[in-house]
Amino acid sequence: MKEKIITIGPYHPLQEEPELFKLYCDGETVKNVEWVTGYNHRSIEKLSEGKTFDQSFFLVERVCGICSTSHPFAFANCIEEIVGVEIPNRAKYIRSIIGEMERIHSHLLWVGLAGHFLGYNTVFMWAWKYREPVLDLFEMISGNRNSYAMFKVGGVRRDIPNDLIPRVRKVVADVKKKCDLLTGAVMDDPVIHARTKGVGVINRKEVIEYGALGPTARAAGVEIDVRRDDPYAAYDMVDWKVITAQQGDVFAKAEVRLLEMYESISIIEQCLDGLEKLPEGDIETLVKEIPAGIGFGRAEAPRGEVFHFVETDGSQYPKRHKIRAPSYMNIPTFKVSAVGQTISDSTIALAAVDPCYCCTERMAFVYDWKSGKKLFNGEDLIKFGQLKTDDVKRKLEKNNS
Amino acid sequence: MTKEELYRQLEQNLEHYNVIINKVKSNRVIIDVSADDIVELSKYFLQTLKCRLVTATATQPERDFEIYYHFSHDETGLIMNLHVRVPYDQPEIKSIATLTKSANWIEREMHELFGIEFEGHPEKGPLISDGNWEPGEFPYRKKT
Repeated sequence: MKEKIITIGPYHPLQEEPELFKLYCDGETVKNVEWVTGYNHRSIEKLSEGKTFDQSFFLVERVCGICSTSHPFAFANCIEEIVGVEIPNRAKYIRSIIGEMERIHSHLLWVGLAGHFLGYNTVFMWAWKYREPVLDLFEMISGNRNSYAMFKVGGVRRDIPNDLIPRVRKVVADVKKKCDLLTGAVMDDPVIHARTKGVGVINRKEVIEYGALGPTARAAGVEIDVRRDDPYAAYDMVDWKVITAQQGDVFAKAEVRLLEMYESISIIEQCLDGLEKLPEGDIETLVKEIPAGIGFGRAEAPRGEVFHFVETDGSQYPKRHKIRAPSYMNIPTFKVSAVGQTISDSTIALAAVDPCYCCTERMAFVYDWKSGKKLFNGEDLIKFGQLKTDDVKRKLEKNNS
Repeated sequence: MTKEELYRQLEQNLEHYNVIINKVKSNRVIIDVSADDIVELSKYFLQTLKCRLVTATATQPERDFEIYYHFSHDETGLIMNLHVRVPYDQPEIKSIATLTKSANWIEREMHELFGIEFEGHPEKGPLISDGNWEPGEFPYRKKT
């Protein structure tokens, strides 16, 4: 039989970000995978060389919209390593709280998307509904639902005042109850079992070969977690454990993410206990200048280790800034997890590594493909949507009357 | 294995090579090595010490290029960096992508950004510059 090529992307309705995957198929079975990247290279490393250390925090936050605290986290660790500064305990607790809240919202987002990819939209709706209070909490603490701008060299920009702590506790307790529901639903559902068990498997040896990270590695029994291995912020001041599974399939990756949320909740609660014992406002150690040197900063993002390397020369700009996000290591594992699968399973196998390519498109235009003339813009499309809704409403009212 | 045991093992096993071991901090080490030894030493780090290649960074602080191969020893939390110099006039170094697949993308990226050639790389295609910039143009390379 002749080999057929099926493409996912570069602009695909399921994957909003641009990347092209070519699946070489024999009938329904995927035989090989190739990819094309570079549709959206944003040159963040080069841009960083023209930004001061304070400005770079806002830049690296925009590497990814979902794990937007992990990059400032690693960058702060990196710069503080060069300066050799110890930050106050209150700032350490706040950093860890923000980091763990981000893990909860990112994992909930992933669980929702995984449900959506499987055609199980109830899970999608639940997970995203439960994610909302966490985003509201971010807004309460930092003023933003995304890109929180909480980090700076030597500490954090905003305090979590003690009178806000009970509200944080309440949201976290509510999220825990919702996690119980969600975990129960995912763990017991025969349809989810059928679609995810034995699908998209990556074993321990392959994880090590590809250098895979985060839940992708931990689901295959490779117990790596920077929070424990090379502790930073408040992670060595609280009790928690690294969650692992053995099977390496999509189900195991989901299991690791779901159970990790409980650990995150426990870390947040312990950090809040710590905050209550400390005086308000002590959130920063003043850093006047960054000396010449080399620093390595790591942080465990929801998807795995984020790595920053900075070389400084005593000026207020980095001389070289290298950023390695976890998806850079995890996306190549798709080659292992998709080959041998059916085409329908390959989408969830890809989604299971939680790939993050870049940022999302914000504009929509419709062009006439022959003349190249612009027909409609985003506002027109919204107007059409509203007109259609009104039309449906009218028809329903007519039928009911 | 503790950090101290690892340091001792490093010093014993690397004494036959032309290396300088710099302990930057208690959990950060930079090892200056010759470009000829890079494959052999990477093999030692990956297979004997069971390290993980985090990534590699190419820089151009002066005229010549420098590459840091960042290896992580997860058991102790130690980051060990192999540091090599690559001459500007002949930017060539042996590829370690045959040892670990995790080096595949980063070597291709370093080639596209700095123009460093990785000899023996199994998959020499563009990674990030597919149709985006002129062949032979290396955007991160400083002209000297």
